[in-house]
Amino acid sequence: MSTGAYWICLKGIVWREALRFVHQRERFISALVRPLLWLFVFAAGFRQVLGVSIIPPYETYIPYEVYIAPGLMAMIQLFNGMQSSLTMVYDRETGGMRTLLVSPFPRGFLLSAKLMAGTFVSILQVYAFLVVAWFWEVEAPWYGYLAILPAMLLTGMMLGALGMLISSLVKRLENFAGVMNFVIFPMFFASSALYPLWKMREASPLLYQICALNPFTHATELIRFAFYGKLDLLALGVVAGCTLLFLAAAILAYDPARGLIARRAGG
Amino acid sequence: MVTEPVLQPALNVDAVSYAYGKVRALDQVSFAVPPARFAVLLGLNGAGKSTLFSLITHLYAAQGGSITIHGAEVAKAPGRALAQLGVVFQSRALDVDLTLRQNLIYHAALHGIGGKEAETRACSLLIRVGLEAQIDARVATLSGGQVRRVEIARSLLHRPRLLLLDEPTVGLDVKARADILAHVRVLVAEEGVSVLWATHLFDEISADDHIIALHRGRVVADGAPNAIAARFGATTLQEAFVRATREMAEATP
Repeated sequence: MSTGAYWICLKGIVWREALRFVHQRERFISALVRPLLWLFVFAAGFRQVLGVSIIPPYETYIPYEVYIAPGLMAMIQLFNGMQSSLTMVYDRETGGMRTLLVSPFPRGFLLSAKLMAGTFVSILQVYAFLVVAWFWEVEAPWYGYLAILPAMLLTGMMLGALGMLISSLVKRLENFAGVMNFVIFPMFFASSALYPLWKMREASPLLYQICALNPFTHATELIRFAFYGKLDLLALGVVAGCTLLFLAAAILAYDPARGLIARRAGG
Repeated sequence: MVTEPVLQPALNVDAVSYAYGKVRALDQVSFAVPPARFAVLLGLNGAGKSTLFSLITHLYAAQGGSITIHGAEVAKAPGRALAQLGVVFQSRALDVDLTLRQNLIYHAALHGIGGKEAETRACSLLIRVGLEAQIDARVATLSGGQVRRVEIARSLLHRPRLLLLDEPTVGLDVKARADILAHVRVLVAEEGVSVLWATHLFDEISADDHIIALHRGRVVADGAPNAIAARFGATTLQEAFVRATREMAEATP
């Protein structure tokens, strides 16, 4: 296969994901409403309770809405990653995943292309969210809106790869509610998305350690810093490392000879 | 023209075994699909047909034996093997919200075919299955039989030399079933495509097909319907199949 053929294939996979997204209007609306609820309702209530002091990358006191916006952006990508993995389990039960995997391209490439497609859709969702948030006075310098693009490419890939890995572990679609309870909620709440980690340290040093180890914390921080045109090197390192790790594990899980799907599939 | 030995089979399955844990799904399965022939993989539900299809399509790897598609071994050269293979899965593979054109362009891209070439192939294949008028209709608006025809068009986009169909007539009415079968038989006769058609329905078999009968993960008969019937002292293939599976049941208590 030539390089051109790889490009055609990647483009095709991303294009199809975008088309499917456009056609599933409910999915788009719920992807938009979820973070907006957090922003409008949760943050409005919480700003009275929680004062956020000046911590990097912020240079002044900020309203709580501004603080949680990057966490909500990461949350959009987290949900999107899990949703794509749910689609993958569903696709496996129908023929969608099988037609993807019967393509003659290397499987690692196909799965990475699928992740990129999901990430692309999640980035569209984030920008839609930012448009609404802008009217809610969550604003960043113009270059921040550009700088989050590469950051979200990486965080989207990381969360998508995690979702893909989980999809290989989940045998049936019905088991998926567990993913909500055991993956999405802990990852989101035990992170720096809703409260700065120093606040957490005051509450419980152990919880602080857990939050500091959570890859989602680093995804949030990478986006937060990028939003103000800054780079958090630690976050970048952790997110890049986790992306490679999760991706390698997901590709292994879908490997025909050793893969988990081989041992699980019946019939 | 590709030069190859006349006898090289389109598909060669050699001593393939597969087990899910302790449950043996396939046990030393060997058979070949001759080039440009309509071969029927005959078996009841649970015979191992789906497992075999998963192995041929490289969804997972055989635990023993080898599978070769036009000389390319699936385990060692999956890219080359899969490039020659078209598959119609039992479960649907099309996006119902997208149009026929969008679906076919996506699946062409999965084989590295893009741009004008993808459009051209999509159109000509839809003409062949008689659905060119619906090219911009959503898949959801089609009938079950029409969807199957699009699936067949989809599987042919990269011009495979071997076509695999996993019970493609499930859930279709009598007319649609006959229709699909006729379409695929034309492909064999006119284009020289080799076909492996999995089914449990005897009325889909014609006298000059090549039959591979699978029962509980083993090949119990392989050859022309008449020859198989004669070997088991039966008048019809169905009778022979019943006898063959009974013999096997008696042999393995």
